[in-house]
Amino acid sequence: MSYTAHFRVWRGDDKSGELRDFDVEVNEGEVVLDIIHRLQATQASDLAVRWNCKAGKCGSCSAEVNGRPRLMCMTRMSVFDESETITVAPMRAFPVVRDLVTDVSFNYTKAREIPSFAPPAGVAPGEYRMMQEDVGRSQEFRKCIECFLCQNTCHVVRDHEENKPVFAGPRFLMRIAELDMHPLDAAEERGLDRKRSAQEEHGLGYCNITKCCTEVCPEHIKITDNALIPLKERAADRKYDPLVWLGNKIRRREG
Amino acid sequence: MATGTQIQPDPDSSADDVEPQRASPAPTRGGIHTQGRAAIPDKHLRTDRWWLAPLVTALGLLAFIVYSTWRAFANGDYYAAPYVSPFYSPCLAANCVDMQGGADWQLLGDWWKLSPALIILIFPLGFRLTCYYYRKAYYRSFWASPPACAVAEPHGGYTGETRFPLILQNIHRYFFYFAIVVAGILTFDAVLAFRDADGEWGHMGLGTLVLWANIALIWAYTVSCHSCRHIVGGRLKHFSKHPVRYRLWGWVGRLNERHMLLAWSSLVSVAVADLYVYLLASGAFDDPRFF
Repeated sequence: MSYTAHFRVWRGDDKSGELRDFDVEVNEGEVVLDIIHRLQATQASDLAVRWNCKAGKCGSCSAEVNGRPRLMCMTRMSVFDESETITVAPMRAFPVVRDLVTDVSFNYTKAREIPSFAPPAGVAPGEYRMMQEDVGRSQEFRKCIECFLCQNTCHVVRDHEENKPVFAGPRFLMRIAELDMHPLDAAEERGLDRKRSAQEEHGLGYCNITKCCTEVCPEHIKITDNALIPLKERAADRKYDPLVWLGNKIRRREG
Repeated sequence: MATGTQIQPDPDSSADDVEPQRASPAPTRGGIHTQGRAAIPDKHLRTDRWWLAPLVTALGLLAFIVYSTWRAFANGDYYAAPYVSPFYSPCLAANCVDMQGGADWQLLGDWWKLSPALIILIFPLGFRLTCYYYRKAYYRSFWASPPACAVAEPHGGYTGETRFPLILQNIHRYFFYFAIVVAGILTFDAVLAFRDADGEWGHMGLGTLVLWANIALIWAYTVSCHSCRHIVGGRLKHFSKHPVRYRLWGWVGRLNERHMLLAWSSLVSVAVADLYVYLLASGAFDDPRFF
């Protein structure tokens, strides 16, 4: 079954732009990205859109469909009424390059600011042995496809540009949590306290756990419950819980 | 995003230029209207009923605040033997009614003249106020920070939980410890509900069921707390070295997935338990006795 849908697609660049109206054919089983491609093929050959896999795994086609941050390739047209106007806009937390393409380099900068995995002493790569229960938590975070929808929807930077220098965003706070929970990460032995640095250098305190990152994650990672809140609790261990501090001083026991 | 491992240097600017828009003239408006972002005048483009969830949350919380404020200050109709309202237990002041072996411990002496509920309610209030679920609920519905995902918030600045007073949210775990004590005392009250009005054991009425349903939900909410999940095992790095704590962490984690549901259920149940006792104590209703 085919029908003609009414689309409003944002066209413009970093100086100006507007939502433009298009009537475009929709066929059964298609997703929003298919329609954008049909627009390119038939009505707007210079429409800029970033995409790669069309399978929800490359994280390239992030945009805002009817105001909700989503992957265009994973948004089925069947979820909309045939009479509904569908608005497609670029991610609004990042500078726009052109049309639906945004400059996401903010995220690459933040990624570089996170200290990487600290290899344990005396164990060569290839000799790492870990128990499944020790790596289960981190494996959830490794599902991240870095579509940056969580970074885009987080109001800390979306609504407050001035916070960008001091806030890593949910994706990279989750990266810190992943490393802090990694059974072989030796950051502490090397003098790096990931819990403290999450709070003091990467802006963990800016997160007010309103869970939008979790809501928009196409991989269904429980970012808030499994990464950000545990990280906040770990930071509270370090900074706000004298009992834990005292216990660590006395027993010196490794968790 | 799988577009490479390094940022390609732009011949016109440094690769470390984090925010190219900062090089532009100062933006006239912030947030989503910052210069360089897509020029869309609307604060959001959502077409669904995004306002419904924060509205319902606000109305639900307001209803509870109004009811609990009235009952906490009422200082009356909170004991109908053998049932005590969860708002008034334990009673730490001397101006409580006799609770027949209940938790009227009078630890503070007789200088306290206000309602005794005000003393003990600080702890459950603090627990819920700093709870990770309720934080989400009231930040969204009362403070609109944000009102919903991808809906612009109305505030000019934002520092989150980095400064006083919101930095105090980090003491949630201490309220969790107190909540365990309060839940233990309410369990004691529920056990005492297996008596009749004369203090004889081996009896049960509808009120017994109400108090047990309430305490079951209170425990489920308390144990499903994120701080509890962290304390029982979440803080460990090597679960394999602590199999018992790993198992506990798994159980708490499964409850934790329903933390919002339990937060609301226990909020309603505590109000219903109090209302039930109020209706009995004020003579509006007689407790149906089973045996």
